[in-house]
Formats: sequence, structure tokens, C-alpha cells
Amino acid sequence: MPHPETWLRVLPDGLFCEPGGFFIDPVRPVERAVITHGHADHARPGHQAVLATPETLAIMRARMGEGAGVTQQAMRHGEVLQQGEVTIRLVPAGHVLGSAQVVMEWRGSRAVVSGDYKRQADATCLPFEPVPCDVFVTEATFALPVFRHPDPAHEVAKLLKSLALFPERTHVVGCYALGKCQRLITLIRAAGWDRPIHLHGAQQPLCRLYEELDIRLGELRPATVANKAELRGAIVLAPPSAIADRWARRLAEPVTALASGWMRVRQRAKLRGVELPMVISDHADWPDLNRTIDEVGAPEVWVTHGRDDALVHALAGRGIRGRALHLVGLGEDEDEAVAEAPEGTPAA
Amino acid sequence: MSVPAFAELLERLVFTPGRNAKLALLRDWFATQPDPDRGVGLAALTEELVFTAAKPAMIRDLAAARTDPVLLALSHDYVGDLAETVALIWPERAGVNAPAPSLSEVVEALEVTPKAELPGLIAGWLDTLDSGGRLALIKLITGGLRVGVSGRLARVALAEWSGKPVEEIEEIWHGVAPPYLPIFRWLEGHAERPDPRDAPVFRPLMLAHPLEDRDLAALDPAAYRAEWKWDGIRVQLTAGPGGRRIWSRGGEDISGGFPEIVEAMDFHAVLDGELLVIRDGAVAPFADLQQRLNRKLVGPKMLRDYPVGVRLYDLLFEGGEDLRPLPFDARRQRLEAWVERHAPPRMDLSALIAFASVAQLSEVRDGARAASIEGLMLKRADSPYLAGRQKGMWWKWKRDPLSIDAVLMYAQRGHGKRSSFYSDYTFGLWRPVGGGGEELVPVGKAYSGYTDEELGWLDRWIRNHTTSRFGPVREVEKALVLEVIFDAAQLSGRHKSGVALRFPRIARIRTDKPASEADRLENLMAYVEAGPAAEEDAQ
Repeated sequence: MPHPETWLRVLPDGLFCEPGGFFIDPVRPVERAVITHGHADHARPGHQAVLATPETLAIMRARMGEGAGVTQQAMRHGEVLQQGEVTIRLVPAGHVLGSAQVVMEWRGSRAVVSGDYKRQADATCLPFEPVPCDVFVTEATFALPVFRHPDPAHEVAKLLKSLALFPERTHVVGCYALGKCQRLITLIRAAGWDRPIHLHGAQQPLCRLYEELDIRLGELRPATVANKAELRGAIVLAPPSAIADRWARRLAEPVTALASGWMRVRQRAKLRGVELPMVISDHADWPDLNRTIDEVGAPEVWVTHGRDDALVHALAGRGIRGRALHLVGLGEDEDEAVAEAPEGTPAA
Repeated sequence: MSVPAFAELLERLVFTPGRNAKLALLRDWFATQPDPDRGVGLAALTEELVFTAAKPAMIRDLAAARTDPVLLALSHDYVGDLAETVALIWPERAGVNAPAPSLSEVVEALEVTPKAELPGLIAGWLDTLDSGGRLALIKLITGGLRVGVSGRLARVALAEWSGKPVEEIEEIWHGVAPPYLPIFRWLEGHAERPDPRDAPVFRPLMLAHPLEDRDLAALDPAAYRAEWKWDGIRVQLTAGPGGRRIWSRGGEDISGGFPEIVEAMDFHAVLDGELLVIRDGAVAPFADLQQRLNRKLVGPKMLRDYPVGVRLYDLLFEGGEDLRPLPFDARRQRLEAWVERHAPPRMDLSALIAFASVAQLSEVRDGARAASIEGLMLKRADSPYLAGRQKGMWWKWKRDPLSIDAVLMYAQRGHGKRSSFYSDYTFGLWRPVGGGGEELVPVGKAYSGYTDEELGWLDRWIRNHTTSRFGPVREVEKALVLEVIFDAAQLSGRHKSGVALRFPRIARIRTDKPASEADRLENLMAYVEAGPAAEEDAQ
């Protein structure tokens, strides 16, 4: 049985499956790409042939139009495909709508590339399914034991309590436009908030797409045309970059919130000038990363990006061989970039 | 459920920049929390209750016993703060269903638990809490809350919540210990106002209004007394059988920072005065006094290099007799007689300035050049000593500010309402460099003085003229001149330019002036006055 090291290689363009002749989430345009999910750091424009779930392809078309791929092949969960000498399956990753793990088999050896994933419940996507394998390729965005995401319902309760305490103020919540935004809406709805939720322009197209794909979000209104009086005591969802910028001035005495896994660390929240940090993440936290690795039972785990040092150390303690791939270009979506200073360069 | 509730309050306070929002959070705390926890929490926030039972090392050892050392080190390195690292990394134990402790339970247990049993006790508490609760508990028991809630702010919140005047709360505040049960009973209408008796309490200070031109025109010189307005910090000295206290303007107990004054308070009286650094009878600039502020302990070198004294303005109580209802003239006579009789060391009288007309007074004001003088105080001869700002009773008449034309160098975004605006400005002046050229050197930072329209204009200008960015800071083209006004310029070894400005603010945007014509550093240096030499002018 060939070790996956012999057929799954790290090339400058990304992770390459040799006997299948395709890349997974490549950073540059390639002939043949399998895409795990629609976030900009995984789904890049300009590939020739793209294979992904129907939802991921729809998201890519909404975001990049023709750049979504010259030929697009949709593959549903449960389908099996022979690509070159390799058998491919896409299995739900629980990260955002359409997100999938790529399960590859070649000559009896099986590797799973998880893309980004989480284990917490999410009403906007299918839950993660562990697949036993020989090599599990994982992310490590929140791979430090300090990251334990609380129950998101608790975080939303903080937001609603603040709205009760400051009923005159607009509560603007920074959240990534794909996935986090829609998940947050369903969480807010689940907490009993049935008033309209207002959206920054950047959040609107993907919310519309989610609704077309049958994910109910309740009444949504644009925050750009709404008048100030209507926004008193309202919830406004905006990209993280907008909450402290000129756009936020049209709001009524805004309370700025930010929904991100990074909000668990105070200094991160302080740096962004966030008044109401909400620890809600679409990535697995430390216990879930470790639990998942134990569940898939792989003797070897490759770490694509994030805090590989802590994870590799913890795996060694359990007799699992860890390997840091140091893939470039990943971890650049908003949820992860939130750790940076607001305008790029760190303070001198 | 009280440590978790306290943790929630703490988290909101830490991230909330606005004063009004802080007040709303505190009012909600008073309205929703049971006794005694609401009082214990309040005292912890204002640091009237400070615990030192647990040292950071003990907390680290507790975490080290339950976590992998490599992972703890990586986590600490990432998070930065030890207390927060431990709070976040603490492994939750399945099956712990003991309830979280109340604040008062924590306080009581810390007092009676022998040292050797503390680690076990604290670990047990940590097991019952979530990460926010753990952080609040660790910060609480290691004495480092630092949430930016002053005692004054807390008392304003109590006043707003209860509808009682803040002055009435302040007068008894320091006579009642945490958790302030008699105060809460009174504020909720269940009991009379507590009587502090002999306890040293803070009496709210009488404050002055700024004197505007129209007030000046209407001023009857015969009805007012004039004194210098000294540039120190306003204090109230309270001494008697119940103890000695130095109160700041906002009612904070600052006795610990000025032991030489406390030692000199060998009397039974309440006095109003100005705390100043005084060397050989001459008042030093405010920058010197700053060396002594916000210190819990002072060493012998501080005491020697920055000797403080109190210049007395008023006498509120003599023995047990309340003089506050008396007119200013009568209190002044009693003060002068009292100083004569007691001659307390490190204290002297604030001199009255004789004047016959407003014009004459105006001349006196213009003649005062010492940096230690902010201007004049005018007090109505028949004014009783009343809490707060009373229109027409006391006036402050500050010297005209000094002004320079400086070049905008850097801008930073503000906080709260201003978080989307570049509202903090670092400005500089020209100075020569070798080869006949000139360079800009930063001389100060201002974040007030402009109108909303000017702020909007400046924000746009800055965004359109940015040359580089450092996090929240932007460097801009050196092309915009700002007229900056300030109260005094003082030599400073801590600033690159060698000079520090007192209360700089933006007076005007000088779009009419090219940057090359802005002031030189030497123009500013001409304003710097050495304290002692200029003092004679002031007398």
C-alpha cells in the first residue's frame, strides 16, 4: 500500500494529487482543481476545470462570475468519481454551506483533505462526517488549548442583552460575508429575534444566494438605504473591515460587535476597538481538532496552516505523526485576518 | 451566580469606552444584583477592595499542574497576559456541578482560609466557572481588575440609579465600608441616610465657572475676592479623631501618595487647598507634580526631589463646627486665624489679591507669567461653601492661552463615537539640521478644540494625504498647518523636542498658511518659563 506521501505532494501551487492529476484549493490558476469551499483563500479564480459541491460552485459563480472555472463539475455528497487512477468522494465538512472534505483513494491507501471544518452545530450547512483514513490533512487555525469556542447561543444572548440595555443604539456586528453572516442570522433567529436584520451592501448577495438555496434567514433589509431612526436598536451585519470605518457613521451611536473565534483573546478584541466581542467561529477549536483527529484514527496528520507547532506537539504525545505542510496563501479569509491590525502594517 | 454576573459586567466595562455606556452598565448592576454582592462588586471595581491573597505565581502553578508545559508556554506566549492565559486554558472537568461562588463567598473565604489551603480552594472555584468567570476571579484575587471605573463614576451611577443627588452620596461614602449595605438601604428608600459621625469623609468641593466676557462686564469688583489659580491638583484635607485623609477633587483617597502631608495634618479640621510641588517657597510646574501622582508608595528620593505642600484656599470645618454655611469673608477670617494659630508645616495661605477695578484685575492677570499659575479665581464675598458649580458664586478666569502654528505629522483614530474618525493629532515644529536644512520635530498631541465640521474636514484631509500607516496611526504629508493653543510650555526630558505642552488643543485649521511658514521650535522655547525664576512676577 503506497504511503500518501508518495502520491500527494506539496507544490508551489498547492497540494497536488499526482495519480489524479489535480490540485486541491490551489493558490494559482491550474488545469484541474478540486475546491473544498467558497472562501476566497481556498476558491481562487481562473482554473480550467473545477470540481466542487453544487453549493460551492454556486458561491464561486456569485463571487467571481466567469472566473469560477471554464468547466465546472458539480459533485454531490455520496457520489463517487474516478479521476485518473484516483477515486474521489466529497464529504460534508461543517464549515460553511457547500464545504466538503476531499476523500481520495489510490491503490488501497486513503487520504482525507478536510479543508476548513468545525464540529459545532450550524443550521446553514451539513455537519462534519469523520472518515477513517491513513493520512488526515487538517487545518490548525485555532490550534492552541486557549481556544475553546463557547456555545454560540450564549454569545448571541450577550448581543440581545446589550440591545435591551442600549435600546437606542445600533448594534453593528462584524462578520465574514460568506458563512458566518448567514449562520449568525440563523442563531439570532433561533434566540427569538424576529425583527428585520439589516445588512451592509457587501453581505447582501450571498444572503440572497443562501435564500435561493433554501436557507431561511427571515426579513433582511439593506442598512445603506435605511434611515438612521430605523436603525436605532437594530442589528446590522457588516464585514469586519467596515465596523470601525466611515460607513459605520451612518448608524445611531453604534455598539460595535465582532463575531470571530479570535475574540476569545481580549487583546485581539481591544486592538479592533470592539465593544462587544462574540466568540463565534466556523473553525474547529482545540478540543474539536483533537477529537476529530482521534475519530478519524489516522496514524499520520498533516497540518496545512495555522498553529501547527502546538498541534504537532500534542499529536506526538498520542503517538500520532504530525507534519506541518506550511501551505502558503491559506488562512487569509476575514475570520483569520482579524488578528491583524486594522489597516495592514502593525503599529510601529 | 454572582461571579459569572460580575464577569459579564467586567467584560462589558473593559471594552466600553464611553462614559454614558459605563454608567448604564453600572446602573443595571445595582438594579439587578442582590446584596451583599452588588456592594462587593462595586468596591472591587473602584479598587476600594483589593486582594493580594493569591500571587500570580500561585495561579501559574495551578495551571501548570493541569496542563502540558509546552502547550502552556505556547499559549502564554500567544495570549500575553498570564491571568488570561490561565483562565482560557484551564481544563474544564466533566461532572463538576458545584455552583459558582458568590462574590461575598469569595471575599469571606479569602479572609479565613489558611495560606496552605488557598491553592486548593481557588482551583475548586475555577472548576465551577467558565473562561470569563475564571478571568474575573483570577483578576479579582490577584488585585488587578483595572477596568477604568473611578469611585466618582460609580457614585454618579448610584445617583442616577437612585435619584439621590451625588453630593449627598459623596458626603457619606467614605464613612461606610464595603459592601455599603446602609447606603443601598438608604438609596432604595428603606432607611435614613447613614451618619458617618467621626469617620473621615469627603465633602464635595465647591467649583467655579469659567468667566466669559459678558460675565466680566457685569462683575461688581467690590463683591468679589481674587486669588491665584494655582496649577496643581485640588485637594481636601480631612483630619480629626477618626483619622486623616487627603481626598482628590473626585473624592478618591490619595493619602498614600503624600505621606509628608498626612504627617503634617496634626489637627481637627477640613481644609480646601491646592497640592503643589514647592521648592524653597517657589511653586514648580505641573510636570514636576506629575512625578508624584498615581503612586501608591513613594520612596525617599521622590520625597526629596519633589517635595509637596498645600496652599490653602478655604476652611470647611473647624473641629466639629461646620463653617460651610458662612459667607466666604467670614470663612476666610477663620482660615487666616487658624493658620496663624496652628502654623501646620508644609501648608501656607493662598494670598488674596487686592484690586479696585476689573481693569486693574485684568492687568494683574496678564502680568502673571509663571507656569505654575493658571489664572485667577474670583469668589463672591458672601458665597457659602456649596457643593458643585454654582452660577455666579465662583469664577475661574484663566490666562489667555499661548499659541503656535504647527504642522500636522501623524493622526490616529479615536475611540467610541470617534472610532471611525482620525481625531488625535500629533503636530510638530521646524528645527535646524546640519547643512542649513530644517526638519520637523513632534512637540505634542491634541484631540480636542475642533468643531464637528472641522473634524470631518480633517478626517478627509488625512485620508487623502496619507503617506504611510502603522496600525491605527497614519503618517501624513507635511503640508497642513494647525493653530494649536495651550496653557503653558514646560521643559521635559521625556519628549524628543525637549518641551511639553499643557492642555494643547486645536484652535484653527490654517489652510491659508504653507507648512514652511509654520513656527520654529525656538518660537515655542521662548514660551518656556522656569518655575522658580518666574515666581517673583506672580507674587
